[in-house]
Amino acid sequence: MWRGEVLVGGAAEGIALVTSIPLSFWGGVEPLTGEVIDSHHPLCGEHVTGRVLVMPRGRGSSSSSSVLLECIRLRTGPAAILLAAADEMLALGAIVADELDGQTIPVVIVPEAVATVRSGDRLRVGPEGDVHLVEAASP
Amino acid sequence: MLRLTDVDRSLLGGERGPAAAMAMRIVLRMAYVWRALAMLDITGAHIDGCLYHGDGGLEFAERLASSGGRVAVPATLNIGSLDFLRWRAAGVPAAFARKARSLADAYLRMGCRPTWTCAPYQDTERPAFGAQIAWGESNAIVFANSVLGARTNRYGDFLDICAAITGRVPAAGLHLEENRRGEWLFRVDELPAAVREDERFYPLLGYFFGMVCQERVPVIDGLPPTASEDDLKALGAAAASSGAVGLFHAVGITPEAPTLSAAFGVRRPSRVVDVTLDDLRDAHRELSREDAEEPVDLVALGSPHFSLAEFRRLKPLLDGVRVDAAVDFVVCTGRATYELARTEGLADAVERAGGRILTDTCVVNTPGPRGPYRLMMTNSAKFAHYGPGKVGCRVALGSLADCVRSARAARVVREEDGWLVAR
Repeated sequence: MWRGEVLVGGAAEGIALVTSIPLSFWGGVEPLTGEVIDSHHPLCGEHVTGRVLVMPRGRGSSSSSSVLLECIRLRTGPAAILLAAADEMLALGAIVADELDGQTIPVVIVPEAVATVRSGDRLRVGPEGDVHLVEAASP
Repeated sequence: MLRLTDVDRSLLGGERGPAAAMAMRIVLRMAYVWRALAMLDITGAHIDGCLYHGDGGLEFAERLASSGGRVAVPATLNIGSLDFLRWRAAGVPAAFARKARSLADAYLRMGCRPTWTCAPYQDTERPAFGAQIAWGESNAIVFANSVLGARTNRYGDFLDICAAITGRVPAAGLHLEENRRGEWLFRVDELPAAVREDERFYPLLGYFFGMVCQERVPVIDGLPPTASEDDLKALGAAAASSGAVGLFHAVGITPEAPTLSAAFGVRRPSRVVDVTLDDLRDAHRELSREDAEEPVDLVALGSPHFSLAEFRRLKPLLDGVRVDAAVDFVVCTGRATYELARTEGLADAVERAGGRILTDTCVVNTPGPRGPYRLMMTNSAKFAHYGPGKVGCRVALGSLADCVRSARAARVVREEDGWLVAR
């Protein structure tokens, strides 16, 4: 179990999608489908939908908050986002989703988990920023 | 612990209406994310939330506007999702246009200025050195901080309008002197002068250092004194695409870096990078992935929005040129710059050559009349970075003159690759 810092609170469970390269949601994720469309990004072609997205932080566009909001409302977004450092755009998108609908996804700063978790691991994120490895990916 | 003033508490308590209370709630939640200890006043805002991405953003803006939201400081608007003057002629689907206009109306009802540009720093009125502002749009943020010496954090969509309505922002990040000093040093003074004086140098350098330094504050030593605002615009926009750069210093050029030691202040560079030609070539390869045989069907200029100086550079290049009928040659600019360019006959030169002008938006944000496109030629690293994902085309990067040559030939034509090709 890792203990993180909650930027946006909530509970979620899902399969980890891990990248060491920051992702801009605007220009990087198609909100209608949840597909990664940034051709410069190693996750290009994957879907973030229902996954626990694990990355150092965001990058790029200041419209990433908008695209994350649309993803959350269309249920195409990740189940949770785990970061190594605070990202203002992603936290903001999740906060506004909460303000609009009372529904959002957890965004947690948890550098140890970001450094350790592998794509395919099943993770549970608790409301206190606790991150649990439910089942490791098969090697 | 975050200190609030009586003004903050009255905003939060709804004494200035429900929209201001909602805006203040969001600002304070972000104060927590930024670990701010206090709040401060802003004197202006630039709003990026006016681009239509879906119904969530529209509902948010309409909720603020219909519950009495009104900006408390002067606020300019970023590009919208439409050329509001020409969208019918451009064949934009009516349903999409309706949404984009509804969103625009909501922001106009809140008192924002219809500037419709991603380069608000080209305005006649721009923030003073040291001014505390809340700007959205990644390229505008980095320009305001770096070139103007104004102070803004990286404001995302929604927080920009919340800051404008409340006039209050968390005192954190790049608003504070102690976070504005350089962190990493990028030295380019060993690169040949011919490279540093090439316009292609700036977007490639920005793309390279944005990728490696991400959110840190880079200091660039060795930019030639001839670096223009358009060069710095291209540099910053590229760095804010490949990274999360909100501020850079260019020694001897940008206002907070008269000297190398001033750029770092009490800090010491935690990493020193000697930029090589190979770094620039790698950036070029990442951005420019054309297939030599493939025809060019889109030439896109103006990301960030084309300036008057760029229109003046473009005009002689278009003399006697006729753009190939298979190519959509588009110059994206703000409506204020367009008016100036029109007065000087510069916009007309684009149209005479067979190109078109797009104001208020740009080709990656509005449906094009002749899409889907297959290969875009551009001089912008930002267009090149986002083009494949947003337009669904491949991209070739080149100089402004190369873009004109390619528009004429409907294939990628470069005068000479020179230093971009490893020998």
